[in-house]
Amino acid sequence: MTANGIGAPVRRKEDFRFITGQGQYTDDVVRPGETRAVFVRSPHAHAKIKKIDVAAAKKMPGVVDVLTGAQLATDKVGNLICGWMIHSKDGSPMKMAPHPALAASTVNHVGDAVAVVIAETTAQGKDAAEKVVVDYEVLPAVVDPAKAQAKGAPQIHADVPNNTIYQWHLGDQKAVEAAFKAAKHVTKLDIVNNRLVPNAMEPRAALADYDAGNDSLTLWNTSQNPHVARLVISAFVGIAPEHKLRVIAPDVGGGFGSKIFIYPEEVVCLWAARKVKRPVKWTSERSEAFLTDAHGRDHITRAELALDSNGKILALRAKTIANLGAYMSTFSSSVPTYLYATLLSGQYDIPQIYCEVDAVYTNTVPVDAYRGAGRPEATFVVERLVEVAARQLGLDPTDLRKRNFIKNFPHQTPVIMAYDAGDYNASLKKAIELADVKNFGKRKRESARHGKLRGIGYSTYIEACGIAPSQAVGSLGAGVGLWESAEVRVNPTGSVEVLTGTHAHGQGHETTFAQLVSERLGIPFESVSIVHGDTDKVQFGMGTYGSRSGAVGMSAIVKALDKIEAKAKKVAGFMMEASENDIEFKDGKFTVKGTDKSVGFGDVALNAYIAHKFTGAELEPGLKETSFYDPTNFTFPAGCHICEVEIDQETGKTEIANWVAVDDFGTVINPMIVEGQVHGGIAQGVGQALLEGAVYDANGQLVTGSLMDYTMPRAHDLPSFHVGLTETKSPSNPLGIKGCGEAGAIAAPAAVINAITDALGTEDIAMPATANAVWQAMQKHPPKAA
Amino acid sequence: MYNFTFHRPTTVRQAAGLLARNPEGKLLAGGHSLLPVMKQRLAQPSALVDLSQVEGMTGVELKGRSVVIGAMTRHADVAKSDVLKEVLPGLASVPGSIGDPQVRNRGTIGGSIANNDPNADYPAACLGLGATIITNKRRIAADDFFTGMFSTALEDGEIIVKVSFPIAKKAAYEKFKHPASGFALVGVFVSKRGPDIRVAVTGAGSNGVFRVKSFEEALKKRFSPKSIEGMTIPASGMNSDIHATPEYRAHLVGVLAKRALAKATA
Repeated sequence: MTANGIGAPVRRKEDFRFITGQGQYTDDVVRPGETRAVFVRSPHAHAKIKKIDVAAAKKMPGVVDVLTGAQLATDKVGNLICGWMIHSKDGSPMKMAPHPALAASTVNHVGDAVAVVIAETTAQGKDAAEKVVVDYEVLPAVVDPAKAQAKGAPQIHADVPNNTIYQWHLGDQKAVEAAFKAAKHVTKLDIVNNRLVPNAMEPRAALADYDAGNDSLTLWNTSQNPHVARLVISAFVGIAPEHKLRVIAPDVGGGFGSKIFIYPEEVVCLWAARKVKRPVKWTSERSEAFLTDAHGRDHITRAELALDSNGKILALRAKTIANLGAYMSTFSSSVPTYLYATLLSGQYDIPQIYCEVDAVYTNTVPVDAYRGAGRPEATFVVERLVEVAARQLGLDPTDLRKRNFIKNFPHQTPVIMAYDAGDYNASLKKAIELADVKNFGKRKRESARHGKLRGIGYSTYIEACGIAPSQAVGSLGAGVGLWESAEVRVNPTGSVEVLTGTHAHGQGHETTFAQLVSERLGIPFESVSIVHGDTDKVQFGMGTYGSRSGAVGMSAIVKALDKIEAKAKKVAGFMMEASENDIEFKDGKFTVKGTDKSVGFGDVALNAYIAHKFTGAELEPGLKETSFYDPTNFTFPAGCHICEVEIDQETGKTEIANWVAVDDFGTVINPMIVEGQVHGGIAQGVGQALLEGAVYDANGQLVTGSLMDYTMPRAHDLPSFHVGLTETKSPSNPLGIKGCGEAGAIAAPAAVINAITDALGTEDIAMPATANAVWQAMQKHPPKAA
Repeated sequence: MYNFTFHRPTTVRQAAGLLARNPEGKLLAGGHSLLPVMKQRLAQPSALVDLSQVEGMTGVELKGRSVVIGAMTRHADVAKSDVLKEVLPGLASVPGSIGDPQVRNRGTIGGSIANNDPNADYPAACLGLGATIITNKRRIAADDFFTGMFSTALEDGEIIVKVSFPIAKKAAYEKFKHPASGFALVGVFVSKRGPDIRVAVTGAGSNGVFRVKSFEEALKKRFSPKSIEGMTIPASGMNSDIHATPEYRAHLVGVLAKRALAKATA
């Protein structure tokens, strides 16, 4: 390991510009003659648009134009799409209803855009937007997905009976039924996985610039995957052909999944920029973000676990209704299916699993991937079931887990995934030690003396990351491959630029990727720069989500570096008049085997470009290589989180007294960054468990429409985390990386709720377990005196 | 935000004059409630009369057996007043619990009281100590000042200049924070000054801050948490929202009153 190489806790390069306010975000980009877009949004959850009158608005000061959905249709701007095909049990394809960027005939959720004002300033745009008169015929709305499927429920989209998009299943239903019949014990749970609002610190933004001379468009936007945005906007929405559309995602302040998707606003900005022949910028406000950023989670699940008399799990069964909101967002169909049910085996050897999922339209904001995407929902189901089963059987929850852990790898689960490596006992054991579980009883008695209830909860989670082998996801319905690309450009002076198809929006790629290159080429960490987020600079890439940038993105860089090394050896061979096969490369030096003849990496780079030592016939000049890496399997990060809570019996308030996280992420490039990712993930998971939850009223109004009512976790809600690592390398990529970005958010909710239910002595508590909710639970089920 | 004219008077008289000339105008006294609703276009004052440069409206002073706080004194400055911490620590603890550092460094006591948000902290302190609100026109007892949710006894053109708090021997505030906003989901201020015993509650009541006479009566015997042990207030009249049921709020009133009493008598 070099000082800044793999495994070193290097400080993040990018933080200087972020901390000193010099980051360049979409809203910071200013184009000459820029106008502002202000959207007119529906105040109703469900209504027919009878008429839109823009005449008065157009006369307002500073207004450039006012555009509506009818014009969008006239201009043949295509609908937004969901890019993952799911088939129902009966073989029928999912029912994807049209999603125009501006609604023309019907609005389907509060916040649905019906018109846009293009004005000189935002204030003028807002003044004008108030003058747009929309004549609505209000229709009955439905926000609860179970009610949306019921007879007589308001029909949201034509041709989608019972608002049901698909009825999907996975697993062997008959075998599971047989296993349940034979079981000595069955644990049943009704679970609601609460709807979350992502709230990245930087709100979404888009700036579109039309170049009339070249008939081309440039879009700056807050995207986790600018190439995918360009592909969808070109191929499906049809705004411009791919080669006439440049998408730049500059610094992006947090995504958590919500910036993967292609949204109406960026489409409208592009369309409008061409129409008004001026740049058009839109920057979301926080209240707008609550009503338009794709929400996360929102599952209702009936889950059952079958066990024999020894506490061996025989089968698992789950029936889930997933709320996808008013429209199908870009990857929404995959989240409650292949990103969810495929993880229902957890860390356990479960012979049979069967899962049914109904995806449902409601008059709410679209729901899509949010940190963890399906895997937190699966982990919550599995880890709640296991904990409750242990309690019902009178077993220690760690004991039941150990009896069922998968111990031999590779392990084929009954739900597609083939786990390649792991040591679940090791992380559990280390977590138990770090959490000082053996003195928990003492701490519980101490809490009781102060009128507090203490509880401990476990979550031994697994996730499938390193998304994903293209052929595998293609066979499951994905519309794209999920490989990653890299280009390594060695400059004549020996410094290196790496162009990556991944995108950093908080992950620290500029640091970790440079660590890899520094170690591999033996050049200073400072001599490496990472380029991402611009379709004109970087070759096609798939972006960042699903904890994939290390496992897939860095693997692509490794592959390109292999090619660089091979080519550089050839150059070094010419320089030292030796065969390339005799050249060894180590610590930045090329040496002729068995001699003291050597040349440095910088010299070789220069010689590759001046090309004085070889002819063009012998070798192409230059030192630049490209690679496309397609993983051979998912990766399977796993670990054990232990949460200890203390509940104030009088107020119901839960304090997290201690948190231990022991994770197996395979190879760790930068332990400081990994720890930061774990902290952030736990904060979001604790947020879901204790604080967050989007609430709609029966009319489809978002009650939690601002940070005054939607509770984001704050520093004082969280303890200092105790973080540890175990390591089994992923055999499925060259660096052995598994991924760490989502683990905390996946593991945490179950750990918190298992701890709270342990403290209260009842399983009857839903997320978020606010003080109010815990107090209500204690009224219903008075806790026994400790 | 809609357009408005902005005025920055330096005397109370000027401010009152500006207010009289701008009937649709509003006083700006920190702005942490007013400006957000203006940004959301939910309020449209024709003018803002900023009180921040008006002389003599800031500071915490000991005057006889009272503490007098200038209406434009920021929460952060009240919180760190050594005088207040010494003579009336129960009141000194209130501003430190308001909002976040940004709010505490802009928001003022006068602004908070004039707004009378049903979840605000200062109304509980005023009512719980029997404060006197001093305006450019008159002196108003706290018992007469808070007339309901977001409404006060202030008349048009009336400006709060200072607030006078009698020094109670025993006083404390206990607050259960709204998880999202940090306002009081329920806050209880208790005090004892000679025979005057007060228990004032904010956050819970659907009509704003109120006194709990039954608790006050019970505390006359002995000013101690034990005196109200097992006592509750009815859930009717309590606020109800996604964050707390009326029953929970009523329950918290009892819990927090006991805790405040324990603190006041410690």
